[in-house]
Amino acid sequence: MKKRVISLLLAAGMAMLTVAGCGTGNNNSGNNAAGDGNAAQDGDGSSEGSGENGDVSGNGQDGGNAGNVGDEGVSGNGTAADNGSVYYLNFKPEQAEAWKDLAKEYTSETGIPVTIETAASGTYESTLKSEMAKDEAPSLFQVNGPVGLASWKDYCYDLKDSAIYKNLKSDDFALISQDGQVQGVAYAIETYGLIYNKALIDKYCGLDGAKIQDVSEINGFAKLKEVADDMQARKEELGINGAFASAGMDSSSDWRFKTHLANLPIYFEYQDEGVDTAEAVKGTYLDAYKNMWDLYITDSTVEPTMLSGMTGDDAAAEFAMGEAVFYQNGTWAYADITGNEVADGDLGMLPVYIGVGDEENQGLCTGSENYWCVNKNAPQEDIDATLGFLEWVITSDQGRTSFRDDMGFVTPFTTFTEEYQPLNPLVAASNAYIDAGKDSIPWVFSTIPSETWKNGVGSALLEYAQGTGEWDDVKSAFVEGWASEYQAANE
Amino acid sequence: MQKSLRKYFPIFALPTLAAFTIGFIIPFLMGIYLSFCKFTTVTDAKFVGIGNYFKVFGDRTFLHALWYTAAFTIVSVVLINVLAFAVAMLLTKRIPGTNGFRTVFFMPNLIGGIVLGYIWQLLLNGILANYQKTLTYSSKYGFWGLVVLVCWQQIGYMMIIYIAGIQNIPGELVEAAKMDGAHGGQVLWHVTVPMVMPSITICTFLTLTNGFKLFDQNLALTNGEPSNMSELLALNIYNTFYGRTGYEGVGQAKAVVFFLLVALIAVGQNWLTRKREVQQ
Repeated sequence: MKKRVISLLLAAGMAMLTVAGCGTGNNNSGNNAAGDGNAAQDGDGSSEGSGENGDVSGNGQDGGNAGNVGDEGVSGNGTAADNGSVYYLNFKPEQAEAWKDLAKEYTSETGIPVTIETAASGTYESTLKSEMAKDEAPSLFQVNGPVGLASWKDYCYDLKDSAIYKNLKSDDFALISQDGQVQGVAYAIETYGLIYNKALIDKYCGLDGAKIQDVSEINGFAKLKEVADDMQARKEELGINGAFASAGMDSSSDWRFKTHLANLPIYFEYQDEGVDTAEAVKGTYLDAYKNMWDLYITDSTVEPTMLSGMTGDDAAAEFAMGEAVFYQNGTWAYADITGNEVADGDLGMLPVYIGVGDEENQGLCTGSENYWCVNKNAPQEDIDATLGFLEWVITSDQGRTSFRDDMGFVTPFTTFTEEYQPLNPLVAASNAYIDAGKDSIPWVFSTIPSETWKNGVGSALLEYAQGTGEWDDVKSAFVEGWASEYQAANE
Repeated sequence: MQKSLRKYFPIFALPTLAAFTIGFIIPFLMGIYLSFCKFTTVTDAKFVGIGNYFKVFGDRTFLHALWYTAAFTIVSVVLINVLAFAVAMLLTKRIPGTNGFRTVFFMPNLIGGIVLGYIWQLLLNGILANYQKTLTYSSKYGFWGLVVLVCWQQIGYMMIIYIAGIQNIPGELVEAAKMDGAHGGQVLWHVTVPMVMPSITICTFLTLTNGFKLFDQNLALTNGEPSNMSELLALNIYNTFYGRTGYEGVGQAKAVVFFLLVALIAVGQNWLTRKREVQQ
């Protein structure tokens, strides 16, 4: 009897192990978004919780959405052979449903089957690699910018004559090769900066001896630091835990610093040198980077030794619950913040001032990390069907409404007129800066040579914050790491 | 009987053989080929020779992962086997509720590695938060966190194997030893341990290869933080594959080196412990 119990247990154990093995094999990177996910993600800035991991993937915070792979909108219905079909490997899990609805609608209108698959959060690059090796490869996929494109340039169909390119507001939003091929077209423009809570700032302004009387007085790093330090010192009076939401270095959050914040010193250096990309950087403005990082970790809601485990959700929650005044993130963060303590009307965004350049006229950081590419190895009828589908998406009422309401994107297409702009106070804030004639800072971080560079800088930042490393390590990861990674990626 | 066996042999063997070929042999050979290539997707690879292998050994993170994994494996193999054996000894004594304990100890095995990783991350971070630290503060925390995790996961499994081994020891052997005046320790060392040697072979083999191949738990618990310092080999390979454009081949080459290493160690260990097994 006893033996039988044991053998049963063993058998059950074996079976479970097998199952567990398969399960984790497929999903682990999906889940890992929450835990980290550097492996494949990359700076992304996707709407909502973006991660910056993966080359094209991202979305740390949306770890929970992971695992959508395999769903699809509409299956073929026999006409596929004649009219081609569309297979879109979608990058943003939070928009999977919206895409499927669009696909269904398009199929019922035209009869062309559209398949939407979504890579689990943080696994876009790996999913794309395996999907592209199949016979039925995606006809439409995404890259995150010039560096991501490097892997996939041999797969990109020239979009020169496509509707999505023709309706683009400017060539800045396309990836154009040196011989003039349009390899990718951006479909979402996003903006990041220092999101702030107006109510808390007003409360601070009401205190005796406040350093400012109005948020508009914060117009540079010096003022920002003065205010933040004062807020931190008087956090009990203000009822907050810290001036800045925790600068978590968990992979669901570290891209805010190793990529988005790093964008500023890189951008100002590019400006000095008059270049758009570089084989090597000097780190001219690393001191400013350090000052900002010091500010983030000192005037923070948590001790610096806790940073390694703080997630993107933690920071979003602190800000949304009114425990912190500032929160560096982008327009996509709206979905995470809204519906909590902070009223929509209290959301504002400041430029990320690091004390360099013409701060008076500094604007927010605006760019795109989501480029559509059409697979040139797909059958011609599929390519045509894909281009047709995209045209429909950006010109039809259904497509544009879905972009506005369900996905909440700002797009670079001329077809999106005033009434198709999303209702997002952070987008409104970013538009206000553009209208005021401030200089937007482009997302030059898309020229960062590799994921490994970001991880190196991120780790060095963390060790410096914890006190287990020196700032010199950040410097060497930044400057020497750039040269060696550039070489490694371009040999 | 023999004849019909021979006649139907292909029919019975074929499905397994086909599955093995598709699921193992082909990917394995493809993997070896790819380690000599530069590629983005596995279907269009360009042969580049052994350059990838030079990069493997020029990679500091790989060498760090190598000794870190070795240290982790040694610690976990010793701890798991000693504790599993101790628990097995206890639970083969006539203690009330033995079956219940066995089941409970075995249960952690039924949870997938990723889930375990996140659960333990929460637990350990919860404890470390009292000291204003987290698991990824230093690679030492990650190391011991991982050891605790795999012990918790695997002790129950190894325990079952040891229990089976201990129960198979003929009672008269122990009795005879006692009659001859052997005390508890002597019975353990000179009767029990030699008699469960087959179980020890299996358990060390399993724990050793599990230690080297550990991936999910590592990924979920620390994901190699800080600075890749708590990265085990399997995770290092994964990160190489996806970390840089054009490094897929290097990741693949690491995987081949990894395979050779694990195979070598596993075969060596098997040979060593097999030698010590006694015939009943």
